[in-house]
Amino acid sequence: MKLFGFKVPMMTSLLFWALVWEVVGRMDVIFLIPPMSAIVSAGFELVATNSWQNASLVTLRSFVVGMALAIGVGVPLGIAMGRFKIVDNIFGLWVNMFVSAPLSALVPVLMILFGLGETTVVVTVFLFAVWIIVLDARAGVMQVPPSLIEMGRCYGASSITIFSKIILLSALPEILAGIRIGLIRGVKGVVIGQILVSIIGYGELFELYSRSFDMERFWALTIILFAAAMLLSAAVELFEKRIEYYAGAR
Amino acid sequence: MANPMPARAAEQSGTATSDAIVEVRDICKRYGDIEALRGINLEFERGKLTTLLGPSGCGKTTLLKIIAGLVPATSGQIRINGKVVTGPGPERAFVFQDFALMPWATVLRNVSFGLELKGVPQAERHRIAKHYISEVGLSGFEEKYPHELSGGMRQRVGIARAFSVNADVLLLDEPFSAVDEQNRRKFQEDLLQLVEKERKTFLFVTHSIEEAVYVSDRIVLLSPRPGRVSQIIEPNIDRSAAPDVIRRDKGYLDVVEEIWQGLRQYAE
Ligand SMILES: Nc1ncnc2c1ncn2[C@@H]1O[C@H](COP(=O)(O)OP(=O)(O)OP(=O)(O)O)[C@@H](O)[C@H]1O
Ligand SMILES: [Mg+2]
Repeated sequence: MKLFGFKVPMMTSLLFWALVWEVVGRMDVIFLIPPMSAIVSAGFELVATNSWQNASLVTLRSFVVGMALAIGVGVPLGIAMGRFKIVDNIFGLWVNMFVSAPLSALVPVLMILFGLGETTVVVTVFLFAVWIIVLDARAGVMQVPPSLIEMGRCYGASSITIFSKIILLSALPEILAGIRIGLIRGVKGVVIGQILVSIIGYGELFELYSRSFDMERFWALTIILFAAAMLLSAAVELFEKRIEYYAGAR
Repeated sequence: MANPMPARAAEQSGTATSDAIVEVRDICKRYGDIEALRGINLEFERGKLTTLLGPSGCGKTTLLKIIAGLVPATSGQIRINGKVVTGPGPERAFVFQDFALMPWATVLRNVSFGLELKGVPQAERHRIAKHYISEVGLSGFEEKYPHELSGGMRQRVGIARAFSVNADVLLLDEPFSAVDEQNRRKFQEDLLQLVEKERKTFLFVTHSIEEAVYVSDRIVLLSPRPGRVSQIIEPNIDRSAAPDVIRRDKGYLDVVEEIWQGLRQYAE
């Protein structure tokens, strides 16, 4: 970023907005916006509490289980759709419908189906994340150059070898991109699921803080969540970069 | 110096003559409504370089892939060393127009991939691969990735891979189409040296008449769709002469002109 010809690091803009927030908070215009400094100190207190640690554990567990299911189902399904016309015909419509559907509206139905507990949150995470993983895995498999497969056949590779040594590796960049977007959607899923169920994890905390107008903690929790989502995305991106030497070169 | 011969395709079927390593018998190919090839009969002699030449879309790639066993023929037979084949086999190797290199693998891994698929132990296959990498002039690039190489260098990797598996027949589909003109000539000269050294049978597809005449022992002209053999020409170029001398040789230029006349009727 450049400002008046000077190089400004990206963090500066973040600091700038934090400062604006601080000033607005100090002016005491609306109770919704407490000063940033108060939020930060509330955040430090928060992470030391038992309730936050328990909530984080529950949240993490729902997220990990939901994501594992989404990846475990999404990647194979996407690959199958990319390889076999029948599978594509059976699932294509549904996947395309769900990938852009407002899934939050489904959560109340899930609550009826799976009860007011962790299961519903896990299913929500799964539903938020799985579709984009399917679509990207499918796209990855479909863009494998036909000549690369012919090359494998020409040099005597079996179908299984062609699949494992050529198709899978060729599709890997797209599969990983899908997982990265899926992870971010999964974070949304876990938060929305918990808020709607509202008696577990961060949902319970959010419910508690907003009902008691504890805005400092409310914002502290929100910021922690944002930071976690961004860190997660950055971590996958770093991993993607490491294999980008070929993804970028295609 | 040049001694062009007219085609006698019909006569060539039936008795297997001389030392044909690849025999193409009554090959027809349809893609749905499109008739790509009709009644192709050809024989390819061991140790010779034959070029398939013809207008775009006449079925050169199709024929080459049928011989490679990558595309099934609608009817007809392919025989390699006298045996009917229906799929790919270790006696044939293909060089692809778009190189077909694995972008995630180094030059060394790409070149040794054919051997890897055959289950050759790593040390052994790397030794063989390194030999052919230097043979095609890529020594020092073993650990590079395809995207770090120019188009011409990438195709050299594809050629080294085909040589590594020690196939008798090399099928090359427009291998130099992505190479610029200066490098192309160098390539043609290198190819001739490899032909000389490796004593393999080459089937070569190109769009360039000059290239065909320069490198080939025999040129098969195909007619537009449906592809049929329209003429077979043997340039008989004396390759002991220097490349520049050959390219200015009267015999060479005459054959180029003759092929051009033969193909001209198909150009609108
Ligand atoms: N998979 C396919 N499905 C349908 N038609 C095809 C297929 N492959 C080739 N064809 C058709 O068959 C004909 C011959 O194709 P082929 O690629 O063999 O020609 P070619 O001589 O190699 O052409 P070029 O010089 O442009 O490479 C073309 O008309 C092409 O459109
Ligand atoms: Mg072609």
